Formats: sequence, structure tokens, C-alpha cells
Amino acid sequence: MVMLNVILALIPGIVIYIIYFGWGVLVNIVLASIFALLSESLLLAIRQRPVFTTLLDGSALLTGILLALALPPHTAWWVVAVGIMFAIIIAKQLYGGLGLNPFNPAMTGYVVLLISFPLEMTRWNPPLELAQQSLSLLEAFRYSLSGQLPASMDFDMISLATPLDIARERVDMGMTISAIKTEYSIFSNLSGKGTEWINIAFLAGGIWLLFRRLIDWRIPASLLLAILIASAVFWFINPEYYLSPVFHLFAGATMLGAFFIATDPVTASTTPAGRLIFGAGCGLLIYVIRTWGGYPDGVAFSVLLMNLSAPLIDHFSQPRITGYLNPKNQQQDKS
Amino acid sequence: MTRLYTFPGGVKLKGHKAISTSQPISKADIPARLFVPLNQSIGSPAECIVEKGQRVLKGQMIGRATEYVAAPVHAPSSGTVIDIQKFPAAHASGLPNDVVIIKPDGKDEWLERKPLPDITKLDSSELRNMIRCAGIVGLGGAAFPTFIKLNPVGHQISTLILNGAECEPYISCDDMLMRERPHEIIEGAKIMRHALDARQVIIAIEENKPEAIASLQAFAEDINWLHVQSIPVIYPTGGERQLIKVLTGKDVPSHGLPLDLDLVVNNVATAAAVHHALDHQQPLISRIITVTGSGVRSPCNIEALIGTPMSDLIEMAGGYTEDADRLIMGGPMMGITLKTDATPVVKASNCLLVQTPADHSTEAITRPCIRCGECVKVCPVKLLPQQLYWFSQAKNLDDLQSHNLFDCIECGCCSIVCPSHIPLVQYFRYGKSEIWKKEQETIRADRARKRTEAKIQRLERIKAEKKAQHAARAKKSAAGADRKKEIQAAVARAKAKKTENADHTENLDM
Repeated sequence: MVMLNVILALIPGIVIYIIYFGWGVLVNIVLASIFALLSESLLLAIRQRPVFTTLLDGSALLTGILLALALPPHTAWWVVAVGIMFAIIIAKQLYGGLGLNPFNPAMTGYVVLLISFPLEMTRWNPPLELAQQSLSLLEAFRYSLSGQLPASMDFDMISLATPLDIARERVDMGMTISAIKTEYSIFSNLSGKGTEWINIAFLAGGIWLLFRRLIDWRIPASLLLAILIASAVFWFINPEYYLSPVFHLFAGATMLGAFFIATDPVTASTTPAGRLIFGAGCGLLIYVIRTWGGYPDGVAFSVLLMNLSAPLIDHFSQPRITGYLNPKNQQQDKS
Repeated sequence: MTRLYTFPGGVKLKGHKAISTSQPISKADIPARLFVPLNQSIGSPAECIVEKGQRVLKGQMIGRATEYVAAPVHAPSSGTVIDIQKFPAAHASGLPNDVVIIKPDGKDEWLERKPLPDITKLDSSELRNMIRCAGIVGLGGAAFPTFIKLNPVGHQISTLILNGAECEPYISCDDMLMRERPHEIIEGAKIMRHALDARQVIIAIEENKPEAIASLQAFAEDINWLHVQSIPVIYPTGGERQLIKVLTGKDVPSHGLPLDLDLVVNNVATAAAVHHALDHQQPLISRIITVTGSGVRSPCNIEALIGTPMSDLIEMAGGYTEDADRLIMGGPMMGITLKTDATPVVKASNCLLVQTPADHSTEAITRPCIRCGECVKVCPVKLLPQQLYWFSQAKNLDDLQSHNLFDCIECGCCSIVCPSHIPLVQYFRYGKSEIWKKEQETIRADRARKRTEAKIQRLERIKAEKKAQHAARAKKSAAGADRKKEIQAAVARAKAKKTENADHTENLDM
């Protein structure tokens, strides 16, 4: 039931995403969900586990949707299929299924795609308001399944680098942030056109989850705080070279990562203090990869790297147990 | 209003207590047979001191305590011992236990009771001895011998806490006792306070029992050392360490006792039992037990003799409903499942809970642990149940210990909040028993190793001795040539004698 509520909380973000970036988003979600449920069923059947009741836990569906949200809106179906199958079959079921996977399946699938198909994975389309042309739902489906665009279009017409990419590349070429922002119309008040609203919508869904007590506040809070602090420090040093904290908080997959990806309890740290460390680690890595790395965003790598550290963090962050090592108590004992 | 504190974690549970408090405490008849187990307390079992066929009187000791941590057992009514045999007992293991079976004669004839002593003139150790001889153990469910808890061992006890929290759902025997017989608790408190030389006594009661609070409060007004304290309703606030935290804000050291904080905690029903033992010379032969749950027709509280079969109590509570399918001794959180209603009431039986399938329907659908951490939030000891679960599944005993498994009080909060319905406490009990088993094995292996070492040493010693003997003999044999002749001569002499004897025998035969 927790997973299904998490999926519900994603809906506002998904709707805004579709509004700003077109039907391709929905095509990805539909394809990813189908592949996710199919691969989960197949592996459960092979492993002789109950198929139907396990599918009802919603975890495979959630993995599918999260991976779909990480993909560029117009992605070929086989890219989606490879990513999902790797996520469900290798990253999840081969480790023993729900609860036993050490790495976030959706992010594992995404990173496999990013490394294997860098071209396909970095072809983002611009927000619809900047696009000269856009695809209808049917056209989006056809493009995904057959790679065919309507006769009047070619892919360059519907593709554009993301704000994070543009900022990094241009800054490296010597442009100031303010110059970049005036030159490229994709930038907006908070971050990029569309992306800022998507982030706000995911933030709203995340707050709803917190309010319903379905996720722990620690990971999103420390993740966002870490991004805020790290970006604020560098922004104060040189605001023309480093993007502002607000930009980082509302750009890319920040909110999706903070509330829906890093919070996966199976792969995150599980102690209260450990979750703060885990979130902060994710946040810092996101900032580092975005600022000095070569990938479109840092959420997936950050989460996976912190998944890797989770057992260690858990080991060293056991809470102080009642009746142990309490300096106050020791004083009381003496008196 | 005194300041109260909170302990970490805990859960708010539905009380289900009102269903069993509508009628006053009723008294069970003497059953046809009394089944009195000899092992009714923490520590070693009592040693049987009666024989088959022997007549016993009510209150007569039938099982003797042989160790320090042990409690004697008494005959609950007069009658004849008809057998001493193994019988399923109300114990988590469900293993059979030595049980004295008494056929009551219906006369309920008391053992001759000595005249009442003046308690104020007795010293602490005499009081403890009398409490020990009366077989009194903690009646809250743990059954720890009470006399040990009344020994301040050098501490100046500041407060004796009487635990009337009764935080576990369904149970209401302490509530009813406090409502109906507050004077017994107060009298018991006087004796306990005297034994401990405690400055004050606090009776702590969850605020969902206003009648009990009012009834004790009426007494407390005239006694300056007595304070009745209502405490918030949260499970497991009735746990000893949790209650101390709530009342004083202090944590009992992990490997220590409340005594380390100059505190002693006893159950209110134990206080009443102490009063009966000293003021009326009645050993612990009966107790109040709540018979409740959706599986009995009219839940109630019954004062029953120790040894009464549970089936008698069910009958008194109107019998089973049609769908009753599970018997639990104790509450739904910490109780133990009974295999049969022939199990007798023991000193620790505070509640007999009869459940129906609806009460435990979630157990069937256990799902994998997703490490959501809900269990961490409710653990009153601040353990990490999800990690302990992982380690118990992997039989990783070292990590279980380093994650403080033995601080788990088995309250069951983690199990009840688990969204995957994992019976966590069962895993922890399993983990504990595995560690105990391993420790036993280590002890045994140690012993075996020492034995082997001793054997090797012994064999070497024997070898050395033999060698020495051999050397000595070799020395002798050099000078043994003369001796050889002597031996030959002796042999010849013996032969000659033998033939002579043989002749003689032949003569006799003729």
C-alpha cells in the first residue's frame, strides 16, 4: 500500500511533466510499466514465487515509473525495455526480490542506459513553449516504437540541451551565468522553463507523502539541505561562475530524487542518524557531479554511490540504546 | 502535579478493557482436580516434598525452594495428592513440567496458621523470609521471586513504585483489584515499604482507569508517604524500565537494576499478595485472572486457585464463542499461546485471552521487509529491529549481540506496526535462544577441551611413570641373576608340595 501511495504522489509531477514536455513522457511511463510488470512476473514465475499477490505490492510498477521519469521524453522502446529489464531482473529479482536488492533498481537501470546509450539518453526535447513543433500522443507512440517522425520533422528540431547541460558547457567556455541566462530562452525565474514547475509538483507530492507519514523526513530534508549549503557556498564565492542554490533545488531531478528515489527504504540507510548522513551524502554528490562532472544530472550516480555506503553508514550510526553510555546516568549512579 | 517524562517509542493501542470490567471479580469454585506446577517462577523449579496418596491441607507447602532464585509452591486447597506427573504447562516453551495433581476434598481445610506477628517489630530480613516462604512472585506476569526485589542490598531506597499501569490491551485484573480491594494494596505497600525502608511509595496507574485511581486516591489522602500518580496511556508504559523513565526521567543502566537508581518496582497485585501472606498467613494460592477476548461469551475477572484448569474459567466466562480458535495466556502483545485449555492457572497468569480468526487475520500475509524503519520509531529501547531481523535470519549471532539483542524487552511494538506483518519478536526470541544455545555449547566444548587436556597429561604422566619403572627394573635385572635361582628353587618347592597334597586328596576320596 505504501508503494501505491507513492505512485499517487507522483501524479501531479507527471501531469506537469506531460504538459511541459509532451506525450513522450506518458509513452515512456506506459511502456516502462508494461515491461516492468512483465519482467517481474516472468522472474517471479521462474523463482516459483506467488506472481499476482507480489505484483500487488506495487514495487515493480513504481520502479518502472521512476525509470520512465528519468528518461528523455522521446526514447526508443528498446532503450526503455533494456533499462527496465536490467532494473527488475538483475538489480532486483536476482538479488532475491523486494527488500533484498542493495541498489535502487530504477537508478541502476538508468545508469546502465546512460553508460550504454549515451546518445539516446541525452537527446532531450525542449519544453513545448519553445518547440517549433511537437508530437501528438499517437505520433509520440509511433516514434518510440518505430523511430519514425512525421515527414515534416527531424529530430534536431525537437531536441535541445537541458539547462544544467547548457550552464555547465557555457561556463566552461568562459560565459558568465547572467549572460547564459539572457542568451538562452530555456532559462526561467527559478531554473529552466518547465523543469521548475515539475520540481514544484514533485515537491508538493513529496510533502503530501511526508504529511501522510509514508516516507521519513530525514532523507529528503538532509538531501535538500546539503544541495542548498553546497551550492550556496560556491554561489557566494562566485555567482557568475556557479549556479544559484535556488536553481539547483528546482533543476533537473532534484525533487524527484529527494522525495521519491533517495527515499527508497530498501536501499537507503535505515537508522535515524544514518538517514541524515545518507541524504546529505546524496545531496553533496549531486552538487559535485552537476558542477564538475560530465553527466546531465547527478541524482542516479549519487543515489547508487550512497546505496553502496548504506551498510557501512548503518553499522556506524546505531542509536544510543536506552540505559547505555548515558553520561547523565553515570552521574546519577555515583550520587 | 508532578512532572512526568516520556520514554522513546511506544504505540497507542486500543484498550479492549471495558468488555471485562462490567462485572465485579467473581470467585471460581474449587475445581475437581488441581494441577499445581512446581515451576512457577523465574529461577529453578521447586522440589516436590509430598508423595502420591498423601493428604495435604490448604496452604501446606508442597514444593520447596532449593536455590536462592526460586519460590516454594503451596497446596491451593485441602485434599489428596493423586499423582505427580509431567503435564503441559503455561510456559513459552510449551514443554511439560512436573505437576502435583491434587484431588480436593471440598473441605478447604487450612493448615494451622500461626498468630499474626506485629509487622512493625519485624526486621527487613524476617519480612523477606516470610514473603519467600509464602511463595510470592511478581504477579504482573514475569513471576520473579518478590523477596529478592525487597532486598535493598545496601541502597537507601528512595521510592517504591507500585505498578498499576496495566498497559497491555484486554488485561484488567489489576484494574479490578485496585477498584475493589484498594486496602489490600495499601496494606501490602506498608509492609513492602517497611522491608525496603523506602521513603515514599508511588502507585502509578494509566489514566484510562479513573475508578482505580479514585479508589486508591481515597486512601492516599491520609498517608503522607503514598502518592497515586496517573500516567499517560501508551504501550509499554507498564514495563519496569519504561515506567521508571516516565516517573523519574532516568534510564535504568542496561545491565543494571532499578536498584541502581535507588528504586524498586513491584506490581500492585504483588503488594496485595504480600498483605495476605503477612497479615492473614495465606501463601500465594490464588490470583485474579482476566478471562476475555472476542472468543468468550461474557468476559470477566475471576479469582481462581492456582492449579485450576483454564477450561473451568472459560466455562465461568460463558464458554467459547463458535469461532474461538486461539488461547493466549497474557495479553495480545506479550502473551504466550497455549496449546490446550487443560493448562492450569499459574502465579504468572494475569489474563486468558481467547481470540477469533479476525484478531489475527494479518498474520497470514507476511511480506518482505523493505526496511521502512517504522519499527525503529516505536522501539522503547531504541533498538534497530529491522537490522536485528536481518541478522536473525542470517543467524549472524555476533551482530545480533553487538546490536544489543539482549536489551529487547519483547514488548511487540515493532511487530504490531510492521507494514509487512513480520512477527519480529518471534525472530528475536529465536535469536536469543540461538545465542544461549551457542553459549552452552561453548561451555560444554570448554569442559570437553579441559577434560581432553587433563587426559593427555594423565596419559603422559602414566607413560613417564612406566618408563621410570622400566628403567628401575632394568637396573634390578642386572643384579637379578641370583634372584632367578631363588625363584626356580621356590617353584620346585611349590611343585613338590602340590604332588604331596594331591596324594593326600586321593587318600581322602577313597
